[in-house]
Amino acid sequence: MDGMIETPQTHSGDPRPRAARLAPLPGLLGRLNGPQTLGRGRVFWSGFALVLALAVAYPLFVDGWTVGNTAYFFTWTFMAMGLCLIWGYGGSLSFGQTAFFGLSGYSYGVLAINLGSAYGLTFAALAIAVSASLLLAAVLGYFLFYGRISGVFLGIVTLSVTLVFETFMAQTAGPEWAIGAARLNGYNGMTGMPPLTLPLPGGDLALFPDIPLYYLLLAAMVLCYLSLRVLVNSRFGNVLVAIRENPQRAEMLGYDIRRYQLGTFVIGSGLAGLSGVFYTAWGQYITPSSMGLTAAALPIVWVAVGGRRDLTATLLGTLVVLFGFQNLTVYGSQYALVVMGLLLLLTVLLAPEGFIPGLVRVFAKLTRTGRGAPGEPEKDRESQA
Amino acid sequence: MLQEVFAFLYQFGDAFAFLVLSAAGLAIIFGMMGIINLAHGEFIMCGAYVTVIMARLGLPLPLAILCGALAAGLAGILVERLIIHRLYHRPLDSIVATWGISLIVTQTVLILLGSTMPGIGTPLDSFSIGAFSYSEYRLVLMAVAVLLLIALYLLFNVTRFGLLARATIQKPQMAQALGVRTSRVYSLTFGLGAALAGLAGGLYAPTMTLVPTMGVTFIVESFVTVVVGGADVFLGTAPAAAVLALIKAVMTGWQGQLFGQIGLLVTVIIVIRILPRGISGWFLKERT
Repeated sequence: MDGMIETPQTHSGDPRPRAARLAPLPGLLGRLNGPQTLGRGRVFWSGFALVLALAVAYPLFVDGWTVGNTAYFFTWTFMAMGLCLIWGYGGSLSFGQTAFFGLSGYSYGVLAINLGSAYGLTFAALAIAVSASLLLAAVLGYFLFYGRISGVFLGIVTLSVTLVFETFMAQTAGPEWAIGAARLNGYNGMTGMPPLTLPLPGGDLALFPDIPLYYLLLAAMVLCYLSLRVLVNSRFGNVLVAIRENPQRAEMLGYDIRRYQLGTFVIGSGLAGLSGVFYTAWGQYITPSSMGLTAAALPIVWVAVGGRRDLTATLLGTLVVLFGFQNLTVYGSQYALVVMGLLLLLTVLLAPEGFIPGLVRVFAKLTRTGRGAPGEPEKDRESQA
Repeated sequence: MLQEVFAFLYQFGDAFAFLVLSAAGLAIIFGMMGIINLAHGEFIMCGAYVTVIMARLGLPLPLAILCGALAAGLAGILVERLIIHRLYHRPLDSIVATWGISLIVTQTVLILLGSTMPGIGTPLDSFSIGAFSYSEYRLVLMAVAVLLLIALYLLFNVTRFGLLARATIQKPQMAQALGVRTSRVYSLTFGLGAALAGLAGGLYAPTMTLVPTMGVTFIVESFVTVVVGGADVFLGTAPAAAVLALIKAVMTGWQGQLFGQIGLLVTVIIVIRILPRGISGWFLKERT
């Protein structure tokens, strides 16, 4: 933090009623509750524990296919949470998270095919593939945020990146497009990479879409959710929200906003990459269309509909919309996409902060406890100063 | 040698025409209202489809193209009246809303008209210079792009609409106080932008296959042009299109279409690092 003038911040704690406070938790765990997230106190965490218990018990009650399918929903939540951090908390419109999804997905495929699945090497492939996304996000983010471009342009450039990626991967059909043993296969996409494989003493356990993979993804998702909760309620998160509300003011107060925006972008994009790896490992295939315009729109829909300014709302909204989307595709995926477009439009027109915070607010009015969504109403940065 | 020079000039002109035509509508809407219309590609598609349908009904192609532009323009006014005008104080939300519109339109066309539509052949002939042969229609497109820039310049600087429009951009409250119906100006401008998108679609309809997702072919190029150009059509879009067309022609000649696109993208990322408000922002800063 060189060359930055900072005044010590005194947070007098959150303005919640005494009865609703948990016993103060030590250190980082205390940050699970805070001004930037909805849900706190006994009621919320009891509900959280209940839902988690249900999720853990879930495979006992349904067949293997359904468990694998639910695991499929989980693969997408990381990208949604990452976008929630970038867009909902940081206020940067990134429309190209699918670029990182695809980059990491393809990287995992290439690495897993070439390294094989013995000795837990698939997890090395996962780590390298996610690092590729982190690196790309760092380079791209440097050019974007340090160029100080306005919100609108950020969305356009990131969207263009993912579309160009799609075009590039779609034309890799020929046999010359191979990395080691991995053929990229152009528009048909890449197949044949091994799933994530745990090296257990009793022999390797390949995580096909079934109960073990479900638990792995559930654990990763809960860990990711709780870590992000800690992050946004820490000093970093407070600064991030300050930047979202008013970048000039945050800068005048002595914060290097570019650094915060870049950091957020890298973290969120790494999560998008993680989604890409899990998705590829889940179905053992990935296609260029996972980076196309439609694919890029979907994360925006999930995050916007649930409520982009709150992690819990984003997570719940994402799972609900994914579930609905899949059930709609029974009638044809074209109709499902029309519904997605309508959802996005209605969200923007009727409940700009998302439907879940809206419901919470109605509920809070009825019971006269709690408070509304975190953050004040947004004052969008004008694209023309 | 002369052949190669002509071939390069032709490539350059072709890229320039494509960038200008596909970006003009987007640039006008962005310059006037600060809104990036993510349904831009769908207005292009609308123009292309209407043009082809009209041409099949026996209208001569220029008239059919005008019909396409008109249809897209009316659709634009409708969208503005129904949705966009509620979102002027939330520019970022309006982008997301137009993305929703884009999804709805693409999929609806796919459901109603199927995954592809038989096109119409490229009109006019081809001529050859040395070993290469060229399409005359492409030369017409280059001429149209230049004429379009001139026409837009006249529209914004000579006509009464242009005067009111510029007043509305610069000082909306003041314009309103002086009796300009700003909401009508916004509607017309959005319609104009959409009509220009439809015009691009109509002009390029004979040269490509008609699919519901054809807008994607245009949007990367048009986005990149607008980002490099900034908010002003004449000081921004036109020079940006020239610079980018040069890069695209060089890269395409060297490695093919895809690298032309990649070259554009890399250029735009570097340009916004140096000129965050685009070329026109830099020009206007010099002025003020």
